[in-house]
Amino acid sequence: MNSAFEAVTTLSGTAAALPLPHVDTDQIMPKQFLKGIDRQGLAQGFLHDMRFDASGQPRTDFVLNQAPWTASRFLVTGPNFGCGSSREHAVWGMRELGIRCVLGTSFGGIFSDNCMRNGVPALVLPVAQVDRLMALAMDPQRCTLTLDLAAQTLHTPADGQTLRFDIDPLHQSMLLRGLDAVGMSLTHAPDIEAFENRYLAAKPWVVLPQEKPPQEK
Amino acid sequence: MTGRTLYQRIVDAHTVRPLGDSGQILLYVDRQVLNEYTSPQAFAALHAQGRKVWRPSSTLAVVDHVNATTPVRNARTMVLHDADRARQVSTLADNCARHGIELFDMLDTRQGIEHVVASEQGWVLPGMVMAAGDSHTTTHGAMGALGFGIGSSEIEHLLATQTLIYRPQKNMRVTVHGQLPPGTTAKDLVLSLIAQIGADGASGHVIEYTGEAIRAMGVEGRLTLCNMSVEAAARGAIVAPDDRLFDYLQGRPRVPQGALWDAAVVQWRKLQSDDDAVFDREVSLDTRTLAPRVTWGTSPDQGVPIDGVVPDPEREPDLQRRQGMQRALAYMDLKPGQPLQGLPISHAFIGSCTNSRIDDLRDAARFLKGRRVAPGVRALVVPGSSMVRAQAEAEGIARVFEEAGFEWRQSGCSMCVAMNEDHLNPGDRCASSTNRNFESRQGLGARTHLMSPAMVAAAAVTGVLTDLRTLPCH
Repeated sequence: MNSAFEAVTTLSGTAAALPLPHVDTDQIMPKQFLKGIDRQGLAQGFLHDMRFDASGQPRTDFVLNQAPWTASRFLVTGPNFGCGSSREHAVWGMRELGIRCVLGTSFGGIFSDNCMRNGVPALVLPVAQVDRLMALAMDPQRCTLTLDLAAQTLHTPADGQTLRFDIDPLHQSMLLRGLDAVGMSLTHAPDIEAFENRYLAAKPWVVLPQEKPPQEK
Repeated sequence: MTGRTLYQRIVDAHTVRPLGDSGQILLYVDRQVLNEYTSPQAFAALHAQGRKVWRPSSTLAVVDHVNATTPVRNARTMVLHDADRARQVSTLADNCARHGIELFDMLDTRQGIEHVVASEQGWVLPGMVMAAGDSHTTTHGAMGALGFGIGSSEIEHLLATQTLIYRPQKNMRVTVHGQLPPGTTAKDLVLSLIAQIGADGASGHVIEYTGEAIRAMGVEGRLTLCNMSVEAAARGAIVAPDDRLFDYLQGRPRVPQGALWDAAVVQWRKLQSDDDAVFDREVSLDTRTLAPRVTWGTSPDQGVPIDGVVPDPEREPDLQRRQGMQRALAYMDLKPGQPLQGLPISHAFIGSCTNSRIDDLRDAARFLKGRRVAPGVRALVVPGSSMVRAQAEAEGIARVFEEAGFEWRQSGCSMCVAMNEDHLNPGDRCASSTNRNFESRQGLGARTHLMSPAMVAAAAVTGVLTDLRTLPCH
């Protein structure tokens, strides 16, 4: 089976805090970066209007433009980060910029799915834990995190704590192995065909008038 | 055994197999719609692996996000001068040709916003699962179907396997008692719901809408309701099929006819939640206090009735929410306590997959007869599809808009997402029938107030946010 992305096992690095609620994917990847037909060249677009002013200069008061957070690997977010548009460009740009894990109390559903498909764990944690991580991430001396995906732990050296998180076992295994979801599902092709034949026979109106039922793949 | 919800019933009917003990399943998908900006990466990945499209006839492609909406549409006016956008459109055409996928291109008389096109063609039928690379795919719940948005990687998965790896969501029931008061619409209802439960209020849930007001609501209103449910983070929104829906569907181009129709309706009538079905969450809305609504902020849950005032962030106990409100007020150039009514606008926009159907245009036109767009306001109407446009022209509605001083344009996503030439400039303030008031959504630095199409019309002719109940209509 093919790899869809680099497998994620452990990840250590700087965490940045973005405590705003409902940061939508229009802000995460503005429309002027949606003109391509590939997944490349999107790092510049990530949170563009927060990172850059109208003349294109970095806003020095924004966290990702300040040391040590210019090299962030983690982003601790406010609730519902990634709500709005389905544009996967938001995740492609974020990953290209170097952010490989997002942490928060909730995420936009499609955004969260897109993260999983691109090897970026989007981890949902209890409010108290997000508050603690947010406070650590805001402190330049204490903002280092270590993720161990197999052990399902997040370690924060600054306060010596190790928290255990829940993750969907299928997502965990796909992330750990860098699994190509399409290839994995195609191993079930006989099941899909059998289902489809039964289903279309029972609901013949699903087949459009000009369409013949599928014969063979 | 306890009863099942309509949502569970649809998911069960589409479950190919469970995926281990993860709780996720392989979900069969009946229909897909593709657009030009989220599909090219999916096809590229498919081609890189040498994979085929599983069932090309289950997919319809429509150009809608980047095309111009110039009032005259022909081969000359629809040349895209932006080479990047032109390449997105030509890539979609190439991919469709290569895989035998039907395409409504820019000059097709059926072209329009993907979700408007899908329902007017009868592309989505009761009980189906519909997915598309656009978050507003929740729209199709109005057909008694499950619709939800997906990313490009999921589009690839769907093209290749006809399925998605899917985690069944929780069930939320929203019961709407009473009847919608005069001057209010499905838009006001859904804006009210989003304000009540929050922009993440339905996170992890699929909503089923029930109650007297829903049963009395036309199918186009239900489309608006289901469409905007995603702004409360719902992963789907369903209205159970009924005679209103069957009347709407019968005779549409992709709907079965004759004996097949009769057989389908017999099965579709069973698409209901059981009386003893258990919902994870119940929300109740009372329409008696519903008023026309407008948003004041940069998240769809930041809205009030038109006779309300901008709330004070200092009274919000939650720190993050308070900071979000403060940021929104700075962006929108508004002050706590300021009335929304009377706020001057520079633009009025009627369009989007939320509110651009024929009922929406009829509603707005009622306030425009004998009136003119206020000086200094640019007003645009972008019908949801070329078919809606043609119907509005046949009914004489187009002339009402034009005589009032609205630009009567061709269809597309246009100024809702501003990925073509239709965009606002910094500081512009727009009364908009769209779905998202996000920062810079309609153009860099632009300010959006969401409302119903009729409320946009009222604002257009007065030049300020206006309670349409104070404006006599003809």
